[in-house]
Amino acid sequence: MPTKLSLKHGRIDLSHGAGGRAMTELIDQVFRAEFKNPLLDQLGDQAIIDPLPAQRLAFTTDSYVVSPLFFKGGDIGSLAVYGTLNDIACAGAKPLYLSAGFIIVEGFPLSDLKRIAHSMAMAAHAHQVMIVTGDTKVVEKNACDGLFINTTGIGVLDDHFLPSSPQPTDRVVISGDIGDHGAAIISQRENLSFITDVLSDSAALTPLINLILTASPSLRCLRDPTRGGVAAVLNEWAQQFRVGFLLEESALPIKTPVRSACELLGLDPLYLANEGKVIAICPAAEAERLLATMQQHPLGQNAAIIGTVTSDPQAFVQMKTRIGGTRLVDWLAGEQLPRIC
Amino acid sequence: MRYLDEFRDPKVAEILVQRIISTLVPHQDYKIMEFCGGHTHVVHRYGFKEILPPQIDLIHGPGCPVCILPISRIDQAIALATQQNVILCSYADMMRVPGSQQQSLLTAKARGADVRMVYSVEDALAIARSQPSREVVFFAIGFETTTPPTAVAILQARQEQLTNFTVFCNHVLTPVAMSALLTTTADSAAPVIDGFIGPAHVSLIIGSDAYRSVAHHFKKPIVIAGFEPIDLLQALNMLIEMINQRQFGVKNQFTRAVSTTGNVKAQQKIKEVFTIRDRFEWRGLGWITKSAIKIRSQFAAFDAEERFTLPTGAGQEHRACQCAAVLRGQKKPIECALFATACTPSNPLGACMVSSEGACAASYAFDRARILIQQRKLPSHDES
Repeated sequence: MPTKLSLKHGRIDLSHGAGGRAMTELIDQVFRAEFKNPLLDQLGDQAIIDPLPAQRLAFTTDSYVVSPLFFKGGDIGSLAVYGTLNDIACAGAKPLYLSAGFIIVEGFPLSDLKRIAHSMAMAAHAHQVMIVTGDTKVVEKNACDGLFINTTGIGVLDDHFLPSSPQPTDRVVISGDIGDHGAAIISQRENLSFITDVLSDSAALTPLINLILTASPSLRCLRDPTRGGVAAVLNEWAQQFRVGFLLEESALPIKTPVRSACELLGLDPLYLANEGKVIAICPAAEAERLLATMQQHPLGQNAAIIGTVTSDPQAFVQMKTRIGGTRLVDWLAGEQLPRIC
Repeated sequence: MRYLDEFRDPKVAEILVQRIISTLVPHQDYKIMEFCGGHTHVVHRYGFKEILPPQIDLIHGPGCPVCILPISRIDQAIALATQQNVILCSYADMMRVPGSQQQSLLTAKARGADVRMVYSVEDALAIARSQPSREVVFFAIGFETTTPPTAVAILQARQEQLTNFTVFCNHVLTPVAMSALLTTTADSAAPVIDGFIGPAHVSLIIGSDAYRSVAHHFKKPIVIAGFEPIDLLQALNMLIEMINQRQFGVKNQFTRAVSTTGNVKAQQKIKEVFTIRDRFEWRGLGWITKSAIKIRSQFAAFDAEERFTLPTGAGQEHRACQCAAVLRGQKKPIECALFATACTPSNPLGACMVSSEGACAASYAFDRARILIQQRKLPSHDES
C-alpha cells in the first residue's frame, strides 16, 4: 500500500533518491501527478516515442542552478522549461518533448518541490510540450544548494528558416527591455528595495519567434541572450561570422530601475541575463516590419532596433555612446553574477 | 533614482565639447591627469578619446585602490587567507590581483582557503557574528571614500565585543599621493602634468580644501569633477581655462556633492579609529612617507597586522609588467609589451588589468579596437 506523502510539511530524505518504494511514491505523487501524460505513464527508464515527422531535429540540454529558487516573475521550474524551449525555438524548431533531471538536497521541503513541479507542468502545458522522462537524485546536506534541474529537449525544425551569416548594414533587433532577469535576481539577493518592481522576464519565446520567422523571410540569426547577456551573443556572432557590430547606446531599451541598479552595483546591462528576450539579425529592408511585428506581441512590446552589422575583420562589437564617442563592448571577463539561471 | 540621463545629455555634451575646442590655445598640448580610476573608467566607457581634440592628452593617474596595492600586501593577504580557521573577506576585484608567482586570493581559494567575496565591510561583520568560532578578517582597501565604513565597522565590533573580527588595513591618502607623484626622486622623474581632474567621491569625504596645499606647492590647477560624462567635460573646460591663464589652485565642478570642508562626521570617525602610518609602499610610486593610515593601538584587538604573523618579503612583480610606469602616468597601457597579448582581463599579469578602474583594464575593455587600429595599423573599421 503506497504511503501518502505529506506534501505540506514533509521533507525530502535520502530514501527518496534510493530507488526503493519512497522514490516511487515521490515520483507518483509529485512528478507524475503534475506532468501527467501517456508517455511518462509508460513508467520505463526511458520514454518510447512515436516516429517524428521526417524533418531535421533540434536537440538541446541545459542545467538550472538559479538562486533563489523562487524569484520575482518566476521560479526555477518554469525557467527550466522555458530556457530549454527557447534554445529549441531559436533554431526555428517546434519543441515537442522534454526530459527533467532533479538533484535535490536532503531536507528540501516537499511543498517547495511540489510547487516547482507544478510550475514546470504549467509551463510545458501552455506550450504543448510533454515532459516524458526524468530522473531524481537526492544528495546529502551541503552537497547542493536546495535543488538543481536539468532539462533536455527535442524539437522538429521548420526548414523555412536557415540561419545565415549576418551582412554589413543588417540590423540588430531585440524583442524588449534588456537585463530584467539579472536585475530581478540581484534585487532579491541584495535586497535592493528600489527595484522591487522589476520582474524576471522568464517566458517561452515560441509564439513570438513564430511571428518573427514570418515577418522576416531573410532572417539571418536568432538567439536568446541569457547568461552573458546581449554582449555575449553579439561577440559570439562576431567571432563566428567575422563581422563587427555597432550598437547605439541611446537605442537600448532598459527599464529605469534596472539602469539604476546597474549604476549602483557597477554592472553593465549589456551583460545582464535575459530569460524571455530574443535578438534577431535581419536585412535593413526587413527591419521595420520585423520591429512592428514584434511590437504587436505582448513579449515584444518594447522591441527596438539597437544596432547595425559592420564589416570588421577584427570582429569587434562597438557602441556609439550616448555622448557621441565610441567604445568597445567586450566579452565579459570573469563572472558578473554567479548562478543566474 | 533620478539624474540618470541629465548628466549624459548628448546636446549638452556637444555644447561642452565645442566650448572646450574654442578654449584651446592653438598648437598647445594639454597634459591632463585624471587622478581617480573612476574618471579613467568614464573616459573609456563614453569614448572620450574620440570626442575630444587630440591636443588634450588624458593621462591616467594612480587613483585605483586595487592597482596601487604593492605585491607584498597581496602576498600578506594570501598568507592571512591560508591560515588555519581564517575567513578572509575581500572585494571581488582584489581576489583576482596577482601577487608573487602569479598567485592570487582566487587561486588560494581554489586550493582550499576560505576567501569570501563581500560587497561591504558590513557583510564581513555579519559573517563574524554568525561564525563566532572562526577568525574573520576584512581585507580593507581604498582611498578616503571607503575608509569611514571601515572605521564604523571597527567601532561597531568593539561595541558588540566581537573577538573574532579583524581588519587588514590598506587605506591610503589621496593628497599625499598627488604630492609624491609630482616629486622627482632619484628613481623616477615626475611626469609632465599641466593640471589634474580631482577625485569625486574621495573629495566628498575630505573636501576640496584638502588639495589646496599640493596645488599651491606644485603650482598646479586641480578641478574636482563628478563621475558623469557631463561633469567631466565641464571640469575639463574649467581646467583648460585655468591652464591657459596659468592659474593654480583648486576649483570644484562637483558642487552638488563636494563642499570645501567635506564630510566632517566621517573625518571624525576616521580620526577616532585610525592614525597616520610612518610610510607605506605604493605600487608604482614606491615608499611614500605618511601616505596611509593604520588602526590606532587602542583598537589593536581588531587589527589583523597585530593579531596575526604576516610574511615580510618584498614581493615579485612580473618582470615585463609596466604597471608601475602606467600608475605614474609615464606610460600608456599600449606601451607595455604584455598589454592585450599575455596580459588580459581574463589572465591579468599586473594589477592595472584587474579592476574596471585600472588604466589597462579600461583601455582593454572599452578602447582596444581604436588603440589597436592606431598603434598596430590594423585595417580600420568600416561602418558601411
